Amino acid sequence: MSGDDQHITEVSGTGVPIPGDDVDTDQILPAKFMKEVTFDNMADYLFYDARRDDDGEFNDHPLNRFEGASIAVVNSNFGCGSSREHAPQAMMRWGVDGVVGESYAEIFRDNCKSLGIPAVTADHETVTELQEWIEANPDGEIDIDVEDETVTYGDTVIDVDIDDAMREALVDGIWDTTSLMYSNRSKVEETVADLPYAEGDD
Amino acid sequence: MSEGTLYDKVWDRHKVTELPNGQDQLFIGLHLVHEVTSPQAFGMLRERDLEVAYPDRTFATTDHIAPTEADKRERPLADDQAEEMLSALERNTDESGITFFGFESGKQGITHVVAPELGLSQPGMTVACGDSHTATHGAFGSIGVGIGTSQIRDVFATGCIAADKQKVRRIEVEGELGEGVYAKDVIMKIIQDLGVDGGVGHVYEYGGPAIEALDMEGRLAVCNMSIEGGARAGYINPDETTYEYLKGREYVPEGEAFEERKAYWESIASDADAEYDDVVTVDADGIDPLVTWGINPGQVIEISDVVPHPDDFEARTDREAAEQALDHMAVDPGQSMLGYDVDVAFLGTCTNGRVSDFEKAAAVLEGHTVDEGVRALAVPGSESVRTECEARGLDEVFINAGFQWRRAGCSMCLAMNDDSLEGDEVCASSSNRNFIGRQGSKDGRTVLMNPAMVAAAAVEGQVADAREYLDEGPTGGAGGVEEVAD
Repeated sequence: MSGDDQHITEVSGTGVPIPGDDVDTDQILPAKFMKEVTFDNMADYLFYDARRDDDGEFNDHPLNRFEGASIAVVNSNFGCGSSREHAPQAMMRWGVDGVVGESYAEIFRDNCKSLGIPAVTADHETVTELQEWIEANPDGEIDIDVEDETVTYGDTVIDVDIDDAMREALVDGIWDTTSLMYSNRSKVEETVADLPYAEGDD
Repeated sequence: MSEGTLYDKVWDRHKVTELPNGQDQLFIGLHLVHEVTSPQAFGMLRERDLEVAYPDRTFATTDHIAPTEADKRERPLADDQAEEMLSALERNTDESGITFFGFESGKQGITHVVAPELGLSQPGMTVACGDSHTATHGAFGSIGVGIGTSQIRDVFATGCIAADKQKVRRIEVEGELGEGVYAKDVIMKIIQDLGVDGGVGHVYEYGGPAIEALDMEGRLAVCNMSIEGGARAGYINPDETTYEYLKGREYVPEGEAFEERKAYWESIASDADAEYDDVVTVDADGIDPLVTWGINPGQVIEISDVVPHPDDFEARTDREAAEQALDHMAVDPGQSMLGYDVDVAFLGTCTNGRVSDFEKAAAVLEGHTVDEGVRALAVPGSESVRTECEARGLDEVFINAGFQWRRAGCSMCLAMNDDSLEGDEVCASSSNRNFIGRQGSKDGRTVLMNPAMVAAAAVEGQVADAREYLDEGPTGGAGGVEEVAD
């Protein structure tokens, strides 16, 4: 199993604001691009429709204007809808290493955790200010400190929240839940043995 | 903290241990697999040289990419990518010893339609699938959760997911539904009241007289759209309706074993004195059918109401979302959705693709024909649903009215097969999501509604009140309502 250093205490880079509440995973990664058996090409399809004009040319969508960014800044209930991991996979492969937002849909947040992408939260005003700052400072560095639960940009340091399990997982390098749970196989067998509907199982 | 609810009991029975990150390791009693979100997970397993730990608790079918025209289901599929996905699933399930319901099995269909009708979904289970509509199975009193592909890998390798226990919100749905008002309307009413993110951090327990009166297929429709309300899971306590439905189904034990299993099912229902994190009441008494006017399922009104004005919303972000919705849908504040032109009528999906849904639509269609400007698709949720409908002669009603009668699959709900909106077409749809681009065209427009309403929209070529058609029947008597269709 993976023995690499998986501790993620800090991510940083320039930012990209992706404004709007309830941004759903159908927008982030349209279903028509899910017909591939690997995630390899997903970056090409990120916000595919929203980033293009009717003639197929890139429009002024933030992802087109802030190429090379590592920190996405989003609003509330980001990633709602379909459970497709293709959405955060596409973001990660495009270059996103961390997300700051008002709130996330749960499956999306879980998927970020599975991929080792910190997704931290702050209130509406704080997030909006950061989005405006990025517009004014496209080359400005943003730093998410997972351990201290802060985000630093320019001269500003803001306190952010991060889900406990996600923080522990990233900081302690235990976000690979397969390895974590695989070691508990005998305990799983005990649980199964007590389930009336699974009694006959091997 | 909740205590004594079905959620608490089922959680406790399936909790393996607490993980170092503070999450619980939860055993998954039923893992459902389809072609779109699983190949990458099988790949991850192979990378780690791991095997599927519980193949007997894992069942697969193909739904998202399944062609729904009979002659397009011959192999290899014309769409190379679809063929690759389907072949990969066949190979992966075969190598892992997982039961796969393919086209030839007669049991293929949408995972959330297939598992209930086979009796795979049962009370007191944990159910997971790489699909957000896994909440559907909560209709039996199970905990169904949608998971991402890395979590599918977790379930394959360990039989478990790492999960945080949620808060439990009891939703007490009061009142009685009028004729022509269905489960779909109830869940859209709940989402209208609580919002598309109201359920974040919560599991919804649906109860109260309007829920208890629903049959199993209605309950499946309600739980199905929990995720549209932001709740990852939603459930209904099992009762006699549940047990009667399960009796005799393929994967349900018989005789004495059934009674033993039933004792477990009864034991996991929420206690009368269960404690909830909160309780909300939704009044469904006498509601009208609901239709969406916007671009998320919370932008919804009763058919007797009008499209709201952005200023009606308190939050700035809601006002902006409403403006975007008005623009995309080309509707105006104050406008009724009645008369909104429709180009496509789509019946089916994991929300409304079951036999009773087609019965409701057929009751409207009887003696009418689809408007000549409308492309109308009836797509059974499973091959079992299709054959049952055909045994009852319902297919004839659809075909005679001008609907295309198709094979089972997800179809135009998300347009991963050939069934797609074109340009800015408007679709009257019995599906669950009206997101921009959802039905395959970025300019396409979706109006969500119950199956009878879809049928009425197909006949009139515009959004219509299906109850006017039902009044023609023997149970009518509203008086004075003339036939409106031509």
